[in-house]
Order: sequence, then C-alpha cells, then structure tokens
Amino acid sequence: MRKAVELFIEKAIFLSGLASIVFVILIFIFLLREGIALFFHYPFFSFLFGKNWYPISEPPQFGILPLILGSLLVTVGAIVIVVPLGLAAAIYVAEVAPSWLRDVLKSGIELLAAIPSIVLGFIGVVTLAPWLKAIFHIPSGLTALAGSIMLAFMAMPTVVSIIEDAIVSVPKSYREGSLALGATRWQTIYRVIIPSAGSGILAAVMLGIGRVIGETMAVLMVTGNAAVIPTSFLQPVRTLTATIAAEMGEVVSGSPHYYALFAIGIVLFVISFVINITADFFLHRR
Amino acid sequence: MRDTRRAEKIAFTGLLLATILVVLPVALILFLIVIRGIPALNFEFLFGMPREGMRAGGIFPAIVGTIYLVLGTAIFSIPLGILAAVYLNEYAKKNWLTRLVELAILNLAGVPSIVYGLFGLGLFVTFLGFGASLLAGSLTLAIMTLPVIITSTREALMAVPRSFREVSFSLGASRWQTVRYVVLPNAIPGIITGTILGLSRAAGETAPILFTVAAFYLPRLPQSIFDQAMALPYHIYVLSTQVPNVNPRIQYGTILVLVSMIFILNFVASFIRTRFRKKKVW
Repeated sequence: MRKAVELFIEKAIFLSGLASIVFVILIFIFLLREGIALFFHYPFFSFLFGKNWYPISEPPQFGILPLILGSLLVTVGAIVIVVPLGLAAAIYVAEVAPSWLRDVLKSGIELLAAIPSIVLGFIGVVTLAPWLKAIFHIPSGLTALAGSIMLAFMAMPTVVSIIEDAIVSVPKSYREGSLALGATRWQTIYRVIIPSAGSGILAAVMLGIGRVIGETMAVLMVTGNAAVIPTSFLQPVRTLTATIAAEMGEVVSGSPHYYALFAIGIVLFVISFVINITADFFLHRR
Repeated sequence: MRDTRRAEKIAFTGLLLATILVVLPVALILFLIVIRGIPALNFEFLFGMPREGMRAGGIFPAIVGTIYLVLGTAIFSIPLGILAAVYLNEYAKKNWLTRLVELAILNLAGVPSIVYGLFGLGLFVTFLGFGASLLAGSLTLAIMTLPVIITSTREALMAVPRSFREVSFSLGASRWQTVRYVVLPNAIPGIITGTILGLSRAAGETAPILFTVAAFYLPRLPQSIFDQAMALPYHIYVLSTQVPNVNPRIQYGTILVLVSMIFILNFVASFIRTRFRKKKVW
C-alpha cells in the first residue's frame, strides 16, 4: 500500500517537473494556432516589413514595422539609461555602502520591484509626462522618451540585483590581491571587479532588455500610442505589446485583425525566447 | 597618491548620487500615493459598489475580484510549483531533460505578460470554452507565477544541508519519505516566502487578465468560477484611461488599496524570512 502511494506521488512529481516544458510548448502552439491564420489573408513579408499599421481601414494593412521600431526605440532609450545607473547603483550597494545604508537602499529597490506596472504607468502620466512637456516645449509629454524613462525605472530592480550578484560572487582573493598591491578601493572596483563580473553584467543587460521589450501597461499609458515610424524620442510611439493590449478588446474573434494581434504575440514570444537563451548563456559561461 | 585618493572620492560620490537617483523616486512615488490616496479611504469606498459610471461609490467588487484571482492562482500554482521544484532538486539527474526543464522555466519567466494574456485567451477562454472568467484568469496567472514559485522553492530546498538527507537515507527511509519528513519541513519557511512574493506579483498584473477575466464595470460580486470579475489593476487602468472626468481621489484611493495589499503580502513574506533566519541552527 505504502509502495503504491509512493509510486503515485513520485509520478506526480515527475509530471509536475515536466509541466514547464509542456506550458512553453502550449503557449507556442496556441499563439501559432491563432496567429498563423493571418498569413492565409496577408503575406508574411508585408506583415513583418510593412510600413503601415492600419488595421481598421479598408482594405486593412497589418505592417508591424512601425511597432517593431517603436519597441526598439523605447528599448534602446531605456537601456542607455538603465545600464549605467544600474551598474553604478549595484557597485555602490555591493562594494561601497556601509551596511546600514546597504539595507535601506536594497529595500528601496525591492519596493520598486513590488509596485505594479499599471501604477507606475499612472504615475508616469500624471508626473513625468507634464515635466517632459514643460522641459522640451512639446505638445504632449506622452512620448518615446517618457516610455524609455519609465521602462528604465521598471527594469532597474532586475538589472541591479543581477549585477550585484555578479559583483558579490567575484572571489574575495581578487579583491585582496589588488588591495595588497596598493590599489585603492576604486581602482580595485573598476580594474578588477567589474571586468571579472563581465558575464553577469552582460546577462543583466540581456534580461533588462527582455523585461523592457515585454512591458505592456506602463508603456501603453505613457508612450502616446501613435503607430507611425518614429523619427525622434520626443514623439509618440506605439510598441508591439501596447498594440495587443489596446486593440484586442475591440476586435472580432476570428477576424484578420484578431489573427494579426496573435501574430504580434508570436513575434514577441520569439524575441523573448532568444533574449532569455542568450542571457542564460552569459550566466553559465564561467 | 593624493590624486588617486581624490579620484576615489569623486567616483564614490558619483556612485552615491546615481544610487539616490534610483531610490529617491521610489520614496516619492509611495509618498504621493499615500498622501493623495488616504482621503479617499472610508467605509463606503472599501465596501461599497461603484456608482455613477465608477465616478462615485466604492471599489468592493474589484477588491474581492483581486482576492479571488490570487486565491485561484494559489490553488493551481502552489502544488504544481512545489512538486516541480522537488523534482528538479531531489529527483532529477543532471542530464539533457533536466537542462530542458530549466530552460523552459527560464523562458516562462521571460514571456511578456501580454503574451500570457493572448495564450489564456486562446487556450482557456476560447479553446476550452471557459469564457472570460475567474477560472480562465486564475489559470493564466498561475502559469505566469509558476516559474517564480519553482525557482524560490528550489532555492529553499537547496538550502537544506545534504547531511540531513544522508542521515534519513541511512536510517532506511525511501526518497519520498526523506523529502516528506526531512527536506520539506526544513524548507517550508523559504517556500512560503517565495510563494507569497509570486502571488503578490500576480495580484498586481493587468495584461494577463485583460482578455481572460477582467470586467469593465460589474457592480456585483462574481457568483461562480465561470463569472467575469472586476480586479483592482484593471480598474485602475479603466479609471485612468477609459472613463473621463474621474476624481483623482478615487484613482489614488484605488491605487493605494492595491499597493497596500501587495506590500502587506511582501511584509508578511520578509517577516517569515527573517524569523526563520534567526531560528536556523545549522
């Protein structure tokens, strides 16, 4: 009897272990199931490289190039902000701050991770957008730049914690060796510790990109939602994620527009897949 | 020599300023939410139904909807997540299959939340015919939360010293008996902490529930798991983008309620973690 129960439980454990693989496959299958139908109506090439996203004009045009470029622009902006700031914060927290301050700063960053994206989006609309409008004298503050700043902020906890882990895992002997040779703490940090933590920093950048590209609600609210090919940071843009969130509520199930939104889902899934595999490669390269 | 000292001082000041630039806005945001949100809080707001197209009245259905969704997420994701972590840490050998499972978990963790929304719409709402419902929303959030629970449970299991297992085996216990009576009891605080953190994240998610459960305006409580429900994150979205002329007090009040729920969960989690650290004797 005990043997039978144990056998049953161990089977359940094994199956649960494999569940993650099943879910990844299911996600892919169900995106594909709904998304692939678009290409019976609409050529794949015009989808990926078409310059116009006019899903409700007649005939509709489903070119996602403006959306891809929108996501890319916002992401590049966010990464340019988050990497130096995140690196600096991680170094400060891991190497410089006295221990009481380290605890305060770390819990501050943890709190940031706990605030939902919809809340940050709202705060972005009521505070950040008016500031940008006033500073740059533009008609609306809801722009790619607002999106980049918001996203940089949202990716910060991920980036800081991974870089901090990488710094902390640099062997103590490296530090001691450098200090023993007469280097200052700062020289040790930028000549010894940062280079040794290189893979971890690259992984942080990759996962930061993944976090930023996939973010939906905040970006939907602060980027101004214009599905046109962007030419500057001070202009409204539309990302891949925001397009799905904004339009899925209004489409008829089974229409080309519905299929097109799932096809965007496939694009996002593939992007996140590639990014995560790459990040994992950097993390396990030791 | 003096120059390098001065360079160090400048560098450290720069690092400190950058860190303040990261952390200070967090404090300001929370301050803003609390100051603007508190005036909205009263009995009617917390326990009343919305009125006048959500411009007045309370947010009770959204609070209840979010609690139901968190419970539903917990029911599906906790058993599955813990068993999966037990498999990875206690049973799996180091082979290609285990590596594949690890990569799958990594990918689940990285899939954008809106893609989970699409997946839930395709599988649970349409294909399985659950419709937009608490069931479909909970399942979608559960799969999204799974990697968090697996990863944190696995860490908790890893922290149980190997010698505990060896003693149990040497007394003739089977692998499952060892897991059940030795490993899991010692890992429970870590598992609870990680699970609560995962659920608190699910509570704040908007994108996965947009098409799977969220009701725009439903001034009653859901009656069954096949009912649509209001939820706080979606309600915030509606109040700030879909309904014109909403009193900011109501917007900030709703935000304060959601953020408080999430922070309470987080504090409970870190309380359990610190309690446990103090008691740990090995």
